[in-house]
Amino acid sequence: MFKHYYRSTSWKIGRFIFNSFAGLVLVFLITPVLIIIPLSFNSSSFLTYPMDDVSLTWYKAFFTSDTWMSALKNSFIIAPIATLFATVLGTLAAMGIAKTKFRGKMLFMSIIMSPMVTPIVITAVGMYFFFAQLQLTNSYLGIILAHTVLGIPFVVITVTASLRGYDDNFSRAAISLGASPLTVFRTVTFPLIAPGVISGALFAFATSFDEVVVTLFLASSSQRTLPMQMFSGIRENIEPTIAAAATIMLVSSAVLLLTIEYLRRRSERLRKPTH
Amino acid sequence: MEQIIKQQILKKGLKKSGRKKRWLSRVLVMPVVIFLIVFFVVPLADILCKSIINPEIHRNLPQTLQALATWDGKTTPDNTVFMALANDLREARKKGVAGAIGRRLGYEDDKYRIMISTTLRKLPRKPVDDIKSKIVAASPLWQDPTTWQVIKQVSGSLTTHYLLQSFDYKTDYNTGKLVPITIKMHNEQVANYHIKILLRTLWMSFIITSFCVLIGYPLAYWLSCQPTKRANLLLILVLLPFWTSLLVRTTGWYILLQSNGLINYLLQLFGIISQPISFIPGRFGVYIAMIHILLPFIVLPLYAVMKGISTTHLRAAISLGAHPLYAFSTVYVPQTYAGLRAGVLLVFIMAIGYYVTPALLGGPADQMISYFINYYTNEINNWGLAAALSLQLIVLVVILSWIYSKISYRKRKV
Repeated sequence: MFKHYYRSTSWKIGRFIFNSFAGLVLVFLITPVLIIIPLSFNSSSFLTYPMDDVSLTWYKAFFTSDTWMSALKNSFIIAPIATLFATVLGTLAAMGIAKTKFRGKMLFMSIIMSPMVTPIVITAVGMYFFFAQLQLTNSYLGIILAHTVLGIPFVVITVTASLRGYDDNFSRAAISLGASPLTVFRTVTFPLIAPGVISGALFAFATSFDEVVVTLFLASSSQRTLPMQMFSGIRENIEPTIAAAATIMLVSSAVLLLTIEYLRRRSERLRKPTH
Repeated sequence: MEQIIKQQILKKGLKKSGRKKRWLSRVLVMPVVIFLIVFFVVPLADILCKSIINPEIHRNLPQTLQALATWDGKTTPDNTVFMALANDLREARKKGVAGAIGRRLGYEDDKYRIMISTTLRKLPRKPVDDIKSKIVAASPLWQDPTTWQVIKQVSGSLTTHYLLQSFDYKTDYNTGKLVPITIKMHNEQVANYHIKILLRTLWMSFIITSFCVLIGYPLAYWLSCQPTKRANLLLILVLLPFWTSLLVRTTGWYILLQSNGLINYLLQLFGIISQPISFIPGRFGVYIAMIHILLPFIVLPLYAVMKGISTTHLRAAISLGAHPLYAFSTVYVPQTYAGLRAGVLLVFIMAIGYYVTPALLGGPADQMISYFINYYTNEINNWGLAAALSLQLIVLVVILSWIYSKISYRKRKV
């Protein structure tokens, strides 16, 4: 009936333009991410194309540099502990929030979500002054607490979402069979919402692993994290070691993304029979 | 009868279990709420309070202020006031807070900061009888009644000074009226300095949000038209940058945009330009990198909304004779408004608070409010002004988030 539109030349040209536009936007999205990888294998000491020769010089520089290694080490000290705190606190809160209505719930929810919308610099300045009074600046504990604050909303969101798909009849059945609430949580609820908890934890980990502004305010050079080292690297003198570091971070975020996607699909599969 | 009693018992039990459940929920939520109040809400409130508190003079010159209480306000105060001043300054020096006095007075006029530091240097160690002449000899400004008026003016424990300054105004000492202030930058007096920063932040966020819509909307639509398998594969191209570290992406743009970078190389190769263009540091680099970083935040929600829109409406409109483009704009686009509005606000809220990308890719004229909050906190040590700018920013974000929650709530109801 309306096929004549789709057969007309102008329509075909329009569709061609539209397709190429979308393709170009996708190229725009992916290019700056992928551009770094080849340069990290460049033998030249300039971060430019065309490349000279392939070599592992900059990876060697990365893994033998004291500053980069201590930054990597600090990130791997801070992120897992902050993740653990955020996941435990966030999961508890999500369990409290997900199914029951109670007075003050909206207020609690807005407190929990507020670290996500507050501009990061304001969070950083506030923590900088407050933590200074508690002598928490220039300490691992201070940065871990700050990163926990930033990770909590992500954990609460993901775990609440996974609890929405959890059927309460499972818990009721277990209780009617004589299980204690703790046993119910350990053997029934937790295994079913585990994918949600794990992806919440991964979100919190990614948040901490990528956080730079709060760390810039709270950390001294001995707590320098990987993003902080990259920030000063780009600002002061950009050299190919940054490309190697960026490639390592890129690969880890790709792994993270794939894990979360896998968990999402798995929990979707698990959820289907109950609905 | 028996049945009614049974029902009542059941009702009671239900109520009891409901109460127990609500109580348990509160207990579970409490740890997070307490944690966030201590380590997030209190620090936030603390920084916002700093925009109105004014402790430096009030706390560190108590004897002077007491002695000044009986001063007529027009002549140079007598020896007792100077005696009190000397005591206060000695005390302040002992406690290491003398710098704060000079800094606070320096916000009014820089000459007072110098006045305090020279006075401190020449202040006699031990109390002497004629302290007035000694202090006046150290800095003749002490003879000027205006100096004392200024001290009295800034001695309150609360002040509007920083809030007014964040809008480029101050209160005049003599008249008590608001007067515009100029800021000295590179030996040049600049008017409306902070207003310009605020407007620049809003303008840059507006440009970034507009471009995100202009290129994000068609992309989301195009993706939603693809077969599911292919769309999922293509979505990785959106999700991967979304998941990649901000710093990695900023590094990527740095590499592409630098004067010997790939973009300049290609432009020269094709003979479009003969000299490399310096994109960074500059506004263009900030725009393009921020559009890149924020684009997924509009594409993903739009894609989710568009996936749920049935194309039958569109087909019906076309079969009734509407041109496909007309049908698209009148039938399809309105159905995406809720998602679009939410995405736009999300991107805008994130853009106005940005720090990292402008700091790394922008020049001095491309910085947004966040940069100046950092600047006043860590470089100038004018914490009151940093707090006032934080207040400006947070008020903007709160208003926008409120609109956002209204919109997303409406969307859920529909």
